[in-house]
Amino acid sequence: MATLIAIPIMTGLMILQSSIISRVPLLQGTPDLLLLAVLAWTLQKRVQSAWQWCIIAAVIFTLVSALPLGAALLGYILSTGVALILRRQVWQIPILALFVAVLLGTFVSQGVSLVALRLVGDPIPILQSFNLVILPSALLNLLFAIPAFALLGDLASWLYPEELEA
Amino acid sequence: MNTPSGRPRSLQTAIFFLIAAGLIALALGGYLTPLSRILLNPVVAIQTWVSTRYQGVQELVSAPRDVTRLRQRNAELEAEVARLQTQIIELQEQLSETNVLSALVDFARANPENSYQAAAVIARDPSPFLQYVIINRGSDDGLRRGMPVVTQQGLIGRLAAVTAGAARVQLITDPASTVNVRLEPSGAQAILQGQLTGEVTLDMIPQDANVQAGDLVLTSGLGGGYPPNILIGQVSSIRSVDQDIFQRANVQTVADFSKINIVLVINNFRPVDVTPLIPAP
Repeated sequence: MATLIAIPIMTGLMILQSSIISRVPLLQGTPDLLLLAVLAWTLQKRVQSAWQWCIIAAVIFTLVSALPLGAALLGYILSTGVALILRRQVWQIPILALFVAVLLGTFVSQGVSLVALRLVGDPIPILQSFNLVILPSALLNLLFAIPAFALLGDLASWLYPEELEA
Repeated sequence: MNTPSGRPRSLQTAIFFLIAAGLIALALGGYLTPLSRILLNPVVAIQTWVSTRYQGVQELVSAPRDVTRLRQRNAELEAEVARLQTQIIELQEQLSETNVLSALVDFARANPENSYQAAAVIARDPSPFLQYVIINRGSDDGLRRGMPVVTQQGLIGRLAAVTAGAARVQLITDPASTVNVRLEPSGAQAILQGQLTGEVTLDMIPQDANVQAGDLVLTSGLGGGYPPNILIGQVSSIRSVDQDIFQRANVQTVADFSKINIVLVINNFRPVDVTPLIPAP
């Protein structure tokens, strides 16, 4: 159930991302709603389906985007790995873990995209990418991180209810 | 007949009428105004007081019914206003769409050598590194990879991938996009390249070409990727350094890439793949 529900959620987020969010960039950066959802889900305490959500998000992203095959998947897997490490290390302060995970996740996923595009021959300047795309995207992702974390926290509480002590 | 005082009744009546006529005459002449003011002012004041109180009581009695009726009417009117506003917005959208379609039809008429398939832009690429849009027509509508995509203003890109019901358009502003172009009136050949910033620049302009700001940028048809003579934009500035082999220039595109809603795909153009003809380095 917790895995299957990711399909409609990620599909809805992708529709929102490609039809609205991508049309209102900050410089050239846009928030990545799918990445935010994956990271916010991964950082929830009782969640055990982080990798499944990561794969589903990456597959949906790959279906829509013209990024080289596997770039989104690799970026999301690395970002989820970072988030899982942070969940283990700084779980006492989830909001700190969230911000660090979103920042590192954005750098990692966008960095992987940039490297993949350069490998296939797209002449994208690295410094310009960092200034115009990666930094604005990171800022926007940080802005959207708290509502995403709160919404997915509610979903996680519903799907993984806390066991009451006898 | 006599009255109890002994005067005949007719005389009494006549006197009464004479007094009345006299009073009326005095009143008409304005001689009784001070007297009437003294007499009438208290009456008017009392009448005003009674009338005001009566109206107050009447409003008190009938107000709940009126308020209910007014509220109901207000709700009806608000609903009507909302309906009309919705209608206005719908009509404005239809008008806007009709204007775009009309311009597209004009473009198609002005370029009868091509056949077109209209499509709506339904999404943009979720990756901020890429300048792609997704349209709602695909191979079921006869679209094939490589077909050029235009708006009423000019060239915007070409189909990079096609599925049954949708297609992905690589815009000419994409960093990986290159278009062979010709500059008018100089006739110089150049390569138009997309940038990460969403702008386009010209490269490979020969140093001896006399290029000026304001020159038109059109597709040249070289390379087989696009049909010739489709307008792209105007040269906005030139960057020429003597020791460089080529000049460079910035281009102001005629199409507004942030507001592309409806496009035309030139579906009778088949791109030519010249890659096998290019000698390997």
